[in-house]
Amino acid sequence: MSTLDKSDVEKIAFLARLGVDEQDIPEYATNLSNILEMVEQLNSVDTDDVKPMAHPLDAVQRLRADVVTESNDRENLQSHAPQVEQGLYLVPRVVE
Amino acid sequence: MQWEVVIGLEIHVQLSTKSKIFSGASTAYGAEPNTQACTVDLGLPGVLPVFNGEALKKSVMFGLAVGAQINERSVFDRKNYFYPDSPKAYQISQLYYPIVGEGHIDIDLEDGSQKRIGVTRAHMEEDAGKSLHENFHGQTGIDLNRAGTPLLEIVSEPDMRSAKEAVAYMRKIHSIVRYLGVSDGNMQEGSFRCDANVSLRPKGQEEFGTRAELKNINSFRFVEKAINVEIERQMDILESGGTVVQETRLYDSEKNETRSMRSKEEANDYRYFPDPDLLPIVISAEEIEAIRETLPELPDDKCARYREQLGLSEKDARALTIDRDMADYYEAVQQAVDDAKMAANWILGDVAALNNKNAIEFKACPVSAEQLIGLLKRIKDNTISGKIAKEVFEAMYAGEGDADTIIDNKGLKQITDTGAIEAIIDEVVANNPGQVAEFQSGKDKLIGFFVGQVMKASKGKANPGQVNQLLQQKLKP
Repeated sequence: MSTLDKSDVEKIAFLARLGVDEQDIPEYATNLSNILEMVEQLNSVDTDDVKPMAHPLDAVQRLRADVVTESNDRENLQSHAPQVEQGLYLVPRVVE
Repeated sequence: MQWEVVIGLEIHVQLSTKSKIFSGASTAYGAEPNTQACTVDLGLPGVLPVFNGEALKKSVMFGLAVGAQINERSVFDRKNYFYPDSPKAYQISQLYYPIVGEGHIDIDLEDGSQKRIGVTRAHMEEDAGKSLHENFHGQTGIDLNRAGTPLLEIVSEPDMRSAKEAVAYMRKIHSIVRYLGVSDGNMQEGSFRCDANVSLRPKGQEEFGTRAELKNINSFRFVEKAINVEIERQMDILESGGTVVQETRLYDSEKNETRSMRSKEEANDYRYFPDPDLLPIVISAEEIEAIRETLPELPDDKCARYREQLGLSEKDARALTIDRDMADYYEAVQQAVDDAKMAANWILGDVAALNNKNAIEFKACPVSAEQLIGLLKRIKDNTISGKIAKEVFEAMYAGEGDADTIIDNKGLKQITDTGAIEAIIDEVVANNPGQVAEFQSGKDKLIGFFVGQVMKASKGKANPGQVNQLLQQKLKP
């Protein structure tokens, strides 16, 4: 069950918006399958009494006070953007 | 075939914090594009989210108000998808350990009964930015001011069986978040948005049918219409032997139809995992209890109190308590004039009617509670009649000042001087000898005619009680 085939790799690449060369797919499939196999060893461990871990640090989130601390820095931030107009970041057209 | 409708709602409520959920940028509505989008909101490399404690507090308030279990430990996850209004390419949300667990609310049905609807869960997450598709030479413009605004997503059980029930549920949730002050609930500004999951199943069948998800329906009226057209669409498919496809559909309010946005199976693979940038959110039982202490009186409790203490009918009490602004207004007026029924009649009658006619929300009502109190006091002390009061109210609504000013300016003060009323009566009696004779021969009902004539001659200003009494005396044979 931990063996990925070509279509799995294609789907994962699509979801991550990665371009993958056709010829490299078998190698990716093998490597990813090996990772899954390694991780699957965990299934042999009895974890009934183990609390699910959300973070490796044994700490809790610090809360920030609800105060506005940022001021308008649009000009600076947009100077790094490839294209802006009327204060908007422009991107290739997305259609729903 | 008899079909049963099954509806569940997901409501996104913007929490009314000053700053964003993970950054110190302002959440104020209506600013120039991208002037409230800082490096964290833009997802620039190297930035880290820092969680806003106020979003936690407001979420807990909502959970307590719907009788839900509050999870002392909740965790943020990343929901991964690519869309340019979400620059990190993931949304920080809570999938596995949401802040609010199972709760419930009671909705008010048209026949006056209540129905309990389960709340499955509610979780905190960040809002996305806005995409503007017009006028950018075939490109899309992105405004990230809204990106990172705190949301509470409230998920219901599939407990609703009609579009009307869905609207009633939505109204109740809206009422609760407004009472709590956790959101302004402004639907035009997108602070309160709803997705509806709609499916049909043969009546009596346990298993649910395949559902369609209707996205982003932004008014109470459209929710009802959208669900009803979707029910019809699915019924047509099922009746003709077809199958409903699980998908996301968009409601087009102009055409009053739903249309397919994307098929669920190809789009939704969000690969959630715990966000390593954020530690678990922990709140103690003591802190939760301290928040519980701050909860205001909620609509159901207020409604019960109005009935028991003020003697209002169920219908009036319910209508007055849906909107907190209206309830506050009512309480101010009621306490000042010490007449629960009179205050209720005016507010649910004349005030609500003019607000509805002008599409004005109660909080923006041009007649303040103090102004209405001023008017009702003049009815109580017989300065004006109830009928004239309506004229004064309309003038107040139009901004002509307070009641006393309008009464003076328009000379509307009630005539209570017996001599003056008698003079008018004498004139009416002299002008209508035929009716006088009929009345005196036993046609008692004609008293109404005489009262009407006298009121008309006095331009509505004569005190109706006095008119009645004096007429009886004068007309006695």
